[in-house]
Amino acid sequence: MAHLIDRRLNDRGKSAVNRERFLRRYKTHVQEAVKKMIGERKLSDLEQGGEVRVPRKDVSEPSFNFNHGGDRERVFPGNKEYTTGDRIPRGDGDGGGGNGSQGGEGNGQDDFVFSLSREEFMQIFFDDLALPRLARTEFGQAQSTKSIRSGFARTGVPANLAVVRTMRQALARRIALTGALAREMLGLQEAFAVATAVGHAEAAARLYDEMQRVERRRYSIAFLDDPDMRFRNRVSRPEPVARAVMFCLMDVSASMDEEKKDLAKRFFSLLYLFLTRKYGTVDLVFIRHTDDAEEVDEDTFFHDPRSGGTVVFTALELAEKIRTARYSSGWNVYAAQASDGDAFGADPARSARFLREKLLPSLRYYTYLELTPGHSDARPSSLWAEYERLVEVENGRFAMRRASAREEIYPVFRDLFRKEASA
Amino acid sequence: MGVISTGADWDFDLLERYDAAIATIAHGEFHLDTYANQIEVITSEQMLDAYAASGLPVGYPHWSYGKEFIRNEQAYRRGMQGLAYEIVINSDPCIAYLMEENTVTTQALVIAHACYGHNSFFKGNALFRQWTAADAIIDYLVFARRYVMQCEERHGSPAVEEIIDACHALMHHGVDRYRRPAPLSLKAEAARLAEREAYRERQFNDLWRTVPTTAAHDRTKAPPSFPREPQENVLYFVEKFSPRLEPWERELVRIVRKLAQYFYPQAQTKVMNEGWATFWHYTITHRLHETGQVDDGFMFEFLKSHTNVVYQPPFDSKFYGGLNPYALGFAIFSDLRRMCEVPTAEDRAWFPQIAGGDWQKVLDFAMRNFKDESFIAQYLSPRLIREMRLFAIADHRGEDALKVDAIHDDQGYRRVRKLLALQHANEERVPDIQVLRYDRDGDRSLTLRYAQRRGRSLDEAAQEVVVHLRRLWGFPVRVETWEDDAHQVHLGAIAA
Repeated sequence: MAHLIDRRLNDRGKSAVNRERFLRRYKTHVQEAVKKMIGERKLSDLEQGGEVRVPRKDVSEPSFNFNHGGDRERVFPGNKEYTTGDRIPRGDGDGGGGNGSQGGEGNGQDDFVFSLSREEFMQIFFDDLALPRLARTEFGQAQSTKSIRSGFARTGVPANLAVVRTMRQALARRIALTGALAREMLGLQEAFAVATAVGHAEAAARLYDEMQRVERRRYSIAFLDDPDMRFRNRVSRPEPVARAVMFCLMDVSASMDEEKKDLAKRFFSLLYLFLTRKYGTVDLVFIRHTDDAEEVDEDTFFHDPRSGGTVVFTALELAEKIRTARYSSGWNVYAAQASDGDAFGADPARSARFLREKLLPSLRYYTYLELTPGHSDARPSSLWAEYERLVEVENGRFAMRRASAREEIYPVFRDLFRKEASA
Repeated sequence: MGVISTGADWDFDLLERYDAAIATIAHGEFHLDTYANQIEVITSEQMLDAYAASGLPVGYPHWSYGKEFIRNEQAYRRGMQGLAYEIVINSDPCIAYLMEENTVTTQALVIAHACYGHNSFFKGNALFRQWTAADAIIDYLVFARRYVMQCEERHGSPAVEEIIDACHALMHHGVDRYRRPAPLSLKAEAARLAEREAYRERQFNDLWRTVPTTAAHDRTKAPPSFPREPQENVLYFVEKFSPRLEPWERELVRIVRKLAQYFYPQAQTKVMNEGWATFWHYTITHRLHETGQVDDGFMFEFLKSHTNVVYQPPFDSKFYGGLNPYALGFAIFSDLRRMCEVPTAEDRAWFPQIAGGDWQKVLDFAMRNFKDESFIAQYLSPRLIREMRLFAIADHRGEDALKVDAIHDDQGYRRVRKLLALQHANEERVPDIQVLRYDRDGDRSLTLRYAQRRGRSLDEAAQEVVVHLRRLWGFPVRVETWEDDAHQVHLGAIAA
């Protein structure tokens, strides 16, 4: 008689671990593919799975096999017109009939193609990235709690029953309660023996009843009783969480043409995905500026077209204002700025000074991305020149890069947020 | 007996009733000897998982299984490949996976095919009996998985992966084809020595001492090479003698070797195994129909699946993908039964011991004592060669055209049969490579020898395999190619 088992509800991700190993092994191919995809994609479907190609040669598992050639005979079914001794010209493919099996051995040089799920894509996407200089010590109010063990309790759910502890309690109780009765019994037995020996029938009968009573009491002591129950106790302890805020500053002035804006938005999209995926508790502040700065929500930030003049200073000023108002203490503060660097008059110098004196001392990390489409070797902008001096002074706290094409955005992004080798 | 069910839906109660009906016929009427059955219903996703692990329920983690999974999944999602109705594992109890999508007819077919056909083959066939331990395999797999994962924890997964990659490359050269003699116990060894000593004493004759001998300068010659005789189990040799491997690495080599050995009979009995299972699902289902336990609708659906399974496209069809083992095996077993029941004069001439015999005994004998190569050589009848219109094509070096070597006529039967049998031989798939020399006292290099037959050289992947082997061995490795005929010509070598 067969034994029937319904396995349909069992774990189905049995191959997940092997799949992941495969991806890890071909990480370079996968990363290359991800880099390319991010460059090619539209902003709206940045966050999707995608196809990866690995050359067949690279995934092959070698073994000793026969080469083609040599002398061989093969048997085939379905002969129609051949007789012994017929000669069939060698042909490629099915032309001459016959040697069909050789072509079909799968020695084609096709690539091994497979698709990445969204999660895998994002994982590779953010692999080895982190917020630099994030200090765990900047604790804010505790937000998460962690359940930890703490001793035993007298009440609890059956699943938490501490069997050994309960049995120990029961044993102790039984010893304690039966000890006195056992002594009493011993006394009674002696008296009973004496009474029967001297023939004192009435006393013996009374003693016998007494013995019966003690015996009953001994048996009525429960093996396991409610007061013995001990349950594993858990309490939740608040866990400190590092708090962080990221200021996103984007220049949307008229000099930022569509191409530059696309690059900037692409950069901030990556930043946005990175932070929301990897850090659940990071606050994001979106600031866009023309000659005037305003704080907007993420939807407006990414999708609303707007343009005007350029004053960088206003954005920095607004950021500082928001920081002192909302994030003055107990926060890790970050900022990222994207601009084409077209600033006029005293604005660049003023901005750089403001940055150095006011904003930077309270920041963990500030990144500046300059967008110079078309000609990456163009003369640096006035803002770039001013900022360049900051890099030397504020080593490690201030970073700047340039990007001129879509496919450069991701590498630059990776470069800016590369995980430090254990600081 | 009434009809068990109508309609396409199945539930566990129905499966149980079909299984009971099939078991009654298989055990009671046809005397199939099987392991106990364990039938597990799984989803298509789980089937894909099972595919990736060569059907095994437990496996150690390795990227190549992930690759296999991805490949199958892609093919399945794009509709380029269907999934099997079932997978069956050679274990005791015999585990069979049934797909939940199957209709009740398919489930019944699959139960007959896997749980009674394959199952009895696993239990009865000599190769399986000799090389696999059905009752221990699952435990061993669990051990292997745990061991590999422990090694990964202790030594890091790259190190483990490197060893397993190398072993996988040599997997086909990690099987024993003959049993090793069991090691002697200390007592038996001592007894043997004593016996030899006693023999020498009995035979002692002082006269021999006086006979002049050239032995003195023979001894100065080079010591005999090691191993004394070529060894065909390369992984075994590596496991035992590699100068470099750590003990845990040796154990990994052993695990892969054991797995290879477990799969060794399967590759060599594909035609027989599938043919046997197909023959029995066909025979058992017909009995169910004859005894009125299934209706005509059931039979139509069954016959549709069955004919799909045993269809053999002709060589010039675009569907041709080699000889279908189901078709060939089923045809041979059915033909054997026919020879017993309605023998012709030709059968009596070709198979005098079989024609007119008891078909159940004949089939049982055939199932137990052969592998594909010998099975075809023994039982492929002229009638079947005619029916399948089998013919052989010769492809020789130096000829500008292919030649039709033999066809289904009186002159060709034996030739076609012999060639088809050779085509299923192990040597046809796995090149003959053996360990020739281990220079123990010198540079510790390892020399393998490839015996090349009929001009069939190794392909370019051999170089990579040698690199893998070198990784396991730790010292230089060479594979020498020798023409395997009377002349023994050395044709070249690959080294790493």
